[in-house]
Amino acid sequence: MIEPAVLCSDLYKTFGAGEDAVKVLRGVNFEVPRGEMTFLVGPSGCGKTTLLSVIAGLLNPSQGDLRVLGTPLAQLKGSAAVEFRRKNLGFVFQQFNLLPALTAAENAAVPLLAAGWKRKAAVEKAEEILNDLGLAARTRAMPNQLSGGQQQRVAFARALIHEPQLIVCDEPTSALDAETGHHVMELLRKVAVRPGRAVLVVTHDSRIFSFADRIAHMNDGLVDKIEINSGVSTC
Amino acid sequence: MKYIAWQMLTGDRAKYLGLIFAIAFSTFLMSHQVSIFCGLMNRTASQIDDVHDANIWVMDSKTQYLDEVKALTDQDLYRIRGVEGVQWAVPLFKGTSRAKAQDGKFRGVILMGLDDASLVGLPRSVRLGDPQHLRDPETIAIDETGYRFFFPGEPYALGRTLDLNDHTLKIVAIIDSSAPFVNLPVVYTKYTQARDLVGRERNQLSFVLAQAAPGVTDAEVTRRITERTGLKAMTGNAFGWETIWYYIKNTGIPINFGITVVIALVVGTVVAGQTFYLFTVENLKQFGALKAIGVSDWRIVGMILMQAVIVGAVGYGLGIAMTAGFFAATADNLDLRGFRMLPEIMLGTAGAVFLIVFLASAVSVRRVIVLEPAVVFRG
Repeated sequence: MIEPAVLCSDLYKTFGAGEDAVKVLRGVNFEVPRGEMTFLVGPSGCGKTTLLSVIAGLLNPSQGDLRVLGTPLAQLKGSAAVEFRRKNLGFVFQQFNLLPALTAAENAAVPLLAAGWKRKAAVEKAEEILNDLGLAARTRAMPNQLSGGQQQRVAFARALIHEPQLIVCDEPTSALDAETGHHVMELLRKVAVRPGRAVLVVTHDSRIFSFADRIAHMNDGLVDKIEINSGVSTC
Repeated sequence: MKYIAWQMLTGDRAKYLGLIFAIAFSTFLMSHQVSIFCGLMNRTASQIDDVHDANIWVMDSKTQYLDEVKALTDQDLYRIRGVEGVQWAVPLFKGTSRAKAQDGKFRGVILMGLDDASLVGLPRSVRLGDPQHLRDPETIAIDETGYRFFFPGEPYALGRTLDLNDHTLKIVAIIDSSAPFVNLPVVYTKYTQARDLVGRERNQLSFVLAQAAPGVTDAEVTRRITERTGLKAMTGNAFGWETIWYYIKNTGIPINFGITVVIALVVGTVVAGQTFYLFTVENLKQFGALKAIGVSDWRIVGMILMQAVIVGAVGYGLGIAMTAGFFAATADNLDLRGFRMLPEIMLGTAGAVFLIVFLASAVSVRRVIVLEPAVVFRG
């Protein structure tokens, strides 16, 4: 049996201490299989973003077991955790978080530049991916010259360029209109879902639920329902 | 990542130029003011610096600096000559008088009376004429500033006359002397002539210039002169520094210049620091994204420090160029001669700029280091 990309067992996350302590994750049991797109959904404040941050190694869990791509991520310290993220994870953010001073291709090339690639080679590879994402004519555009959908596609390219095994997306359509959001999710599904790679999407946008292979429902710090989507939308 | 740091820095032109301007302005103010200060202090000892033929200056034991002199007696000169190790000793007069041109224009002048026989004490750089003619009666040499004041716009020529204390004196040489502290013309004549040109004090001997005999050190000779005569004897270099320190300790000049330099330092640090900090805060999400993607804290610190070094280097270069430009533009102005930027000042200013960019970037570095990368998931 193939090990899931993410395996959370009885995962807790508490912010603060003593009387001010806030328990955000209250014993999450959850897994993200490879080769699928998994959505994490739920109402505001239920702990979706915190769980995503813990899974991405940006926050340490307070308690419980977490294995990401077979690695006990919480046990990695300092540069090892940074290295793990850089090699194995791709990120898509709600507000895109593109560097305004870099072109689209340069933004997409950032993970390779962080890995020590030469700029020319990194940008060439970024241009190839942007081409696959339908942005061949906009590779030298600055972020402020791109529409929201185009910026998100650049963010996809940045998340995919180093071929990570886990891609985490935080509300990828919330800054886009419905039609653009739909197109963007179509594209994400087309280019990101691969055998061996998992895509985890946090969203509250029910209009895109049809793109998920499975939907994990969170409520009050717990994943309380997993829904398998048999009629998943494909392009 | 260096490329990214560079693009982030220069992407916002207004902030980038603001940072550069803050550093350049501070650099200019610091290097310019310190240069002027050093030039001014050097001027206080300029008549000492212009004496190249004798290493030792002898004066009254209570003398504090060059411009306040109590006359020695002729007897003192003979006593100094009698000190073992003194190869030779000659008189030097330093005083002030008033010179008047034939058209009635007059001005106070610094009057230097040189030993009649040797003319020891005369600056070596001569623009026109032969200083040996100073041995002739009723003759003077004048510095360029004086010549240009009394004969403005006219080419250098010998044979013109100036009146000093009812004596009509012929100019036999035009001298390139160092600028004095008070920007008065400097007039050179022989010692006996100088005594006739000033008031009727009983003693007119300002200083004795002496030279150590071969094989005897200046320090030893100065010690012997003091021991044997009770007079103060020191090398020209030491006397120059003593004069400079007198002005530093007894005038408000260093305080005034010091205040300007401190203001430049503080304003530069605050403006650059604030701009740099705002720049970092506005890019905090981007730095957070980089941290999330897998760029280590140290690489991000390296990016910020690189940005700071670029801003510091460019700002410093511009500021130093402005200062150098000022001194280059005023190089031909005789009133400003002696003012120049020394390598030590450039180095010192570089140190101050390093301090400014270090302080300016330290706050930003801290802010980025404590930044939690999870911030990128908070919409």
